[in-house]
Amino acid sequence: MAPVAPRSGDAIFANVERVNAELFTLTYGAIVRQLLTDLEEVEEVNKQLDQMGYNIGIRLIDEFLAKSNVSRCVDFKETAEVIAKVGFKMFLGVTASVTNWDADGTCCSIVLEDNPLVDFVELPDTCQGLYYCNILSGVIRGALEMVSMKTEVTWLRDMLRGDDAFELQVKLLKQVPEEYPYKDDE
Amino acid sequence: MIGVGKIKQYSNVLDKPLSKGKQEVSLSAFAFLFSELVQYNQTQVDNISELERRLEDAGYAVGARVLELLCHRDKGNRRETRLLGILSFVHSTVWKVLFGKVADSLEKGTEHEDEYMISEKELLVNRFISIPKDMGTFNCGAFVAGIVRGVLDGAGFPAVVTAHFVPVEGQQRPRTTILIKFAEEVLRREARLG
Repeated sequence: MAPVAPRSGDAIFANVERVNAELFTLTYGAIVRQLLTDLEEVEEVNKQLDQMGYNIGIRLIDEFLAKSNVSRCVDFKETAEVIAKVGFKMFLGVTASVTNWDADGTCCSIVLEDNPLVDFVELPDTCQGLYYCNILSGVIRGALEMVSMKTEVTWLRDMLRGDDAFELQVKLLKQVPEEYPYKDDE
Repeated sequence: MIGVGKIKQYSNVLDKPLSKGKQEVSLSAFAFLFSELVQYNQTQVDNISELERRLEDAGYAVGARVLELLCHRDKGNRRETRLLGILSFVHSTVWKVLFGKVADSLEKGTEHEDEYMISEKELLVNRFISIPKDMGTFNCGAFVAGIVRGVLDGAGFPAVVTAHFVPVEGQQRPRTTILIKFAEEVLRREARLG
């Protein structure tokens, strides 16, 4: 029998090496500031943050699968739960919740109650169009792409923009059939 | 709708109570982020020293904030005003908060009066970094050097801070030494204070 997927990442988080969240927060802030200086346009910064997240996501999924003992999720609903309960906990030490499912189970919201990226952060007037945490949406998109799911991840609520929580909408666009490298023997 | 729901909202970031700094994230999360910082900056430069300078700049921004945060939270809004005080603040307090441990050593340079060195056998940021041969003496510790410079500069001790690999006998990986060279004015002031 396949191992039962853990329902929370608490135990994993307790066992991995950890660093102070403030170092993480301030380093991320330094990255965002560099991007703002280099790229000038807030839109470009959003794009670059998403790209960085994507780069992280496609690598992070390996570590996630190796350490989490999660077996194949039966449907997208389970996938979303695992991201929120195990994924976020394992890497960022926080838990998220999944809500707002649509009727066919391909679109939901991941709501963050705590977000270590935004401690000490306030958006100045010049940066109102900035999705400060856009790296997170890239991470989810990249990680899911590596397990054959094409998704679109967008921010619905952002506390830095005055909302009461962080809400990421994750929309499953298509399941890519697994392609085996058939031509390997040639 | 302030105060409704689980998360309390503050109209101003300064109204928010300061966290105790005990929260943690996984080392991998930091390593992934740091690697993106380095890779992004590689696309912005033509040579190694430029890359080091950019990493140092990023670190400087962190250092300046760490100084403010720690002076406020840990030292009751006081900061060190003497050379040895600020050095031990960096070596102990700052290191402990950022990297979870006191730095391996703090030494005074033997050849120059204005040089001090903080050494670390395995610098946190270098844990998962291996330098390609064609990048010579490049050290990602430049980021940490920047943090140190940010702290020192903010406290009124301008210095040039650089990161270097130093081979250690019997060890496969070199240690990283953060070399601090204080500005002249700092030493003059220090001498005046006696």
